[in-house]
Amino acid sequence: MKPLDRTRGVVEMAHGGGGRAMARLIESIFLTSFANPLLNQRNDQACFAVEKGRLAMTTDSYVIQPLFFPGGDIGALSVHGTVNDLAMAGAVPLHLSAGFILEEGLPLADLARLVDSMGQAARAAGVAIVTGDTKVVEKGKGDGVFITTTGIGIIPDGVAPSGERARPGDAILLSGTLGDHGVAVMSRRENLSFETAILSDCASLHGLVAAMVAVAPDLHVLRDPTRGGLAATLNEIAQQSGVGMELVETAIPVKAQVRAACELLGLDPLNVANEGKLVAIVAPKDAERVLAAMQAHPLGRDAARIGTVIEDADRFVVLKTGFGGTRMVDWLAGEQLPRIC
Amino acid sequence: MKYVDEFRDGALAQGLAGAIARAARPQRRYHFMEFCGGHTHAIFRYGLADLLPEGVRMIHGPGCPVCVLPMGRIDMAIQLAVQHGVTLCTYGDMLRVPGGKGVSLLTAKAQGADIRMVYSPADAVALAQAHPDRPVVFFAIGFETTTPPTALAIKQAAALGLANFSVFCNHVLTPSAIQNILESPEVRELGTVPLDGFIGPAHVSTVIGSRPYEFFAEEYRRPVVIAGFEPLDVMQAILMLVRQVNEDRFEVENEFARAVSRDGNAKAKALVAELFELRRSFEWRGLGRVPYSALAIKAAYGAFDAERRFALEPVSVPDHKACACGAILRGLKTPADCALFGTACTPETPIGSCMVSAEGACAAWYSYGRARGARGKPS
Repeated sequence: MKPLDRTRGVVEMAHGGGGRAMARLIESIFLTSFANPLLNQRNDQACFAVEKGRLAMTTDSYVIQPLFFPGGDIGALSVHGTVNDLAMAGAVPLHLSAGFILEEGLPLADLARLVDSMGQAARAAGVAIVTGDTKVVEKGKGDGVFITTTGIGIIPDGVAPSGERARPGDAILLSGTLGDHGVAVMSRRENLSFETAILSDCASLHGLVAAMVAVAPDLHVLRDPTRGGLAATLNEIAQQSGVGMELVETAIPVKAQVRAACELLGLDPLNVANEGKLVAIVAPKDAERVLAAMQAHPLGRDAARIGTVIEDADRFVVLKTGFGGTRMVDWLAGEQLPRIC
Repeated sequence: MKYVDEFRDGALAQGLAGAIARAARPQRRYHFMEFCGGHTHAIFRYGLADLLPEGVRMIHGPGCPVCVLPMGRIDMAIQLAVQHGVTLCTYGDMLRVPGGKGVSLLTAKAQGADIRMVYSPADAVALAQAHPDRPVVFFAIGFETTTPPTALAIKQAAALGLANFSVFCNHVLTPSAIQNILESPEVRELGTVPLDGFIGPAHVSTVIGSRPYEFFAEEYRRPVVIAGFEPLDVMQAILMLVRQVNEDRFEVENEFARAVSRDGNAKAKALVAELFELRRSFEWRGLGRVPYSALAIKAAYGAFDAERRFALEPVSVPDHKACACGAILRGLKTPADCALFGTACTPETPIGSCMVSAEGACAAWYSYGRARGARGKPS
């Protein structure tokens, strides 16, 4: 049995075979990066007690290409994304599980790097990856690595944000600039590389949510505008709540570099993915307090009030343009593709 | 963004809106067609209709290259990828458009065809160079703006001696389409469809110049104002058109002087003339067959012509019977007048040409303008 060569080695079928090679992979890569008491027990499950109260549970799969992008990687993303899905219920994230599907031939150095980044992200977020699974598929049957993380968290009493709770008059708050993640990833895609200093915004948002809950526990809606961008998120909420929304374009923060990249590619920043931003819909009386709390948190420095929930039987999301007109903000039809002219 | 934000300034827009409102005569109605999808996009994206007085209405013309490409040509492209097993390279917005059997390039790709999205024909040349064993075809579409890059790609492939690269040419010509609209009986017969003037293309005109429009202005007595794609460009052009109509003038004016000259880009035009020749007629989705409205690759470069090389037979697929796109493109109807709009025909399941690309009149109306329609305002 040869030792694991973390610099030049690659993932082999044997690493998923349940034998000694797999044990060595788990020990030298996963256990070192994720180390925590529950995982270290090396059982097939993690057993733990929870406080009384409501639990939130969520799962998400990560298949991003490239695996490493400016400001993050698939490992960090698989922690932040799932932590954020918990945080959007107002939950305090507790534990994560992680399932890996590795493609034969993936350099072990890459695997070690992204697993390490995952461990760091989990530690920074104060969550533990307490159980996991690894499978290896033949070369050509995967895309390097796919990761699925499942998370559970505890929801404090009196906190119950939900998509159907937006009411006419509520304020729509956005925690920061739009499109950073999507543009950072696109800048590294095959045949589309362009120079940009934009980094992915991927970050765990439960700390920001806790700061918001501290000043106003009754947040009506929380959601992170990931795939489909702000446009999809607000349309989802409008549908769920049976309301319309009116946005003010000039109030929506977008970095100049992101605007320029979108301009070049014919994309709309409102449709571009984010991984470290949230939208909060709050009662008018709470709006200023919550906004101030967001702006005081490092992940909400650029937070802004971007619009208002209105009554509208058609459930349209409408934008007042900086140019002085109005337009609808619709879902995307299918995947966002660049225009030719 | 420097040099871009200046053309999107809200305060200037208010000033221009005021000027248009003062210039437009209250008892008169003005109907202007913006030919290009780029203008349609700007009008909807910035909500320009809110800044125009009641009497000024925009008709969204056929200038979206994806929209006007007939379904038969998409079927031919799919044939290339599926039957002939080529690596087909195409611009992103072509991928979603369904062909005659409801199958799009994206569907064909999902079923195993080798279809790649590229940002430039040069990417297709590079792909052919990297894989000399694989036939690579660039699915070339677009108006005069995208033709010179295709010409350059062919020249480059010839210089590199690439035997595995060819182009499926679908380049079309703007002036022929404008003439077709002006020649249609509804427009010619005075009073049936009012069409008081045109906003001329931005990018197309950087290549062909403003001279080609002089004939229409004169022959059909309609003013043309060439305008950039920024919203202030469009507002300024509308003001210039209103003034021409008021003064009974029908001239070609150039609002986009920062990029368009009278004679256009001589080098690009020479390159296109060297490689391409006119097709006797070409089918346009929504408009039908339009004489001398498209380009084919000249025999001298026949080795790079995918139609010759793979002996493609022309395929023609009629548009859906209930589809009103032809009438919408001519200004006879608005999307709301079409029975299919928003029900059977949506951006997810487009039936007509105007719905297939975000720049099409129906898709823009659906994605950006539906709220206006629901509130009883014109688009």
